[in-house]
Amino acid sequence: MTSASSRTILICSGKGGVGKTTLTANLGIALAKQGAKTAVLDADFGLRNLDLLLGLENRIVYTAQEVLAETCRLEQALVKHKQEPNLSLLPAGNPRMLEWLTPDDMKKIVAMLEERFDFVLIDCPAGIEDGFKNAAAASREALIVTTPEVSAVRDADRVIGLLQTREIQPVQLVLNRVRPKMMANQEMLAVDDVTDILALPLVGLVLEDEQVIVSTNRGEPLTLNGSRSPAGQAYMNVARRLRGEDVPLVDPTKKAPGLRAKFGRLMQTKIF
Amino acid sequence: MTLRELIDKLLGRQPASAATAKQRLQLVLAHDRSDLNPELLEKMRREILEVVSRYVEIDLEEGDVSLETEDRVTALVANLPIKRARTTPLPPPSGTAAASA
Repeated sequence: MTSASSRTILICSGKGGVGKTTLTANLGIALAKQGAKTAVLDADFGLRNLDLLLGLENRIVYTAQEVLAETCRLEQALVKHKQEPNLSLLPAGNPRMLEWLTPDDMKKIVAMLEERFDFVLIDCPAGIEDGFKNAAAASREALIVTTPEVSAVRDADRVIGLLQTREIQPVQLVLNRVRPKMMANQEMLAVDDVTDILALPLVGLVLEDEQVIVSTNRGEPLTLNGSRSPAGQAYMNVARRLRGEDVPLVDPTKKAPGLRAKFGRLMQTKIF
Repeated sequence: MTLRELIDKLLGRQPASAATAKQRLQLVLAHDRSDLNPELLEKMRREILEVVSRYVEIDLEEGDVSLETEDRVTALVANLPIKRARTTPLPPPSGTAAASA
């Protein structure tokens, strides 16, 4: 039976390389730290990376495929994070898999996870083909990750359309890799531009942050050690908002201090 | 027009790219969402202009039929300046008359 309080959230973007897996890893750790039992499911079996970002790449023995074949129990396939035991990782499969999973397989696995966890985060593969369809079949709500770039927004729009036909609700937006200076100079799509175009509520605003690269190098998500870096803080806030806390979202171009930002706002004044 | 846009114009500089990005996105998304290819849209545009111009004289140079999108709803928007109304509508072209008869 599915637990009524469990939430299964698809994390998707359409376009690759916009930060789905980074968001999944950081959000998973953040939710776990805030006391929620959380599972992260890597639905990309061809090219899996979530294990690497979480620093769990050497601890994977089984995958969802073995669980479905009943050659191992779910508990054996789940990789528990040592520092943050509220978080477990389950890879959907491995690249050498003989048979690809089906949407029904994903539903079965997710139903098993929902019995044990408060949150199930599904890291969706890029694209809108089978991998996406599998992951979407098992999801109830979704987070769309996009960056303020035309290609990422266009692909996000396609995915939003597909999620709407599947009646996945709510679908919320995380705007990633925001550069406040470029936005202030109007050389990057504004936060309002993206939310207006996609017509989704914004649940997270993550600034471009070099610390993200440092943290992936180490396999320690920013949220793991309470990083004060802008991206780390932003991920923690996404987790709080998902859990229903009222954390205000600050548009960096509207609140940024300093002469440059003030000048930027002056230049945006409508004169006629 | 914003102050920035005015200064860019006065100095003959390229305008900031965010506005261009937004415009291009809105256009491409209107097409993506409606699944109408440009060829079909152009055919529809010509037929709409043809029908309307049987009833009123329109400025074909200024006329514009395009897709616009807001809040994920796509609309076909026609902006057709009317020069004057015709007292008697022109007859439809023979081909369509036969088809509708």
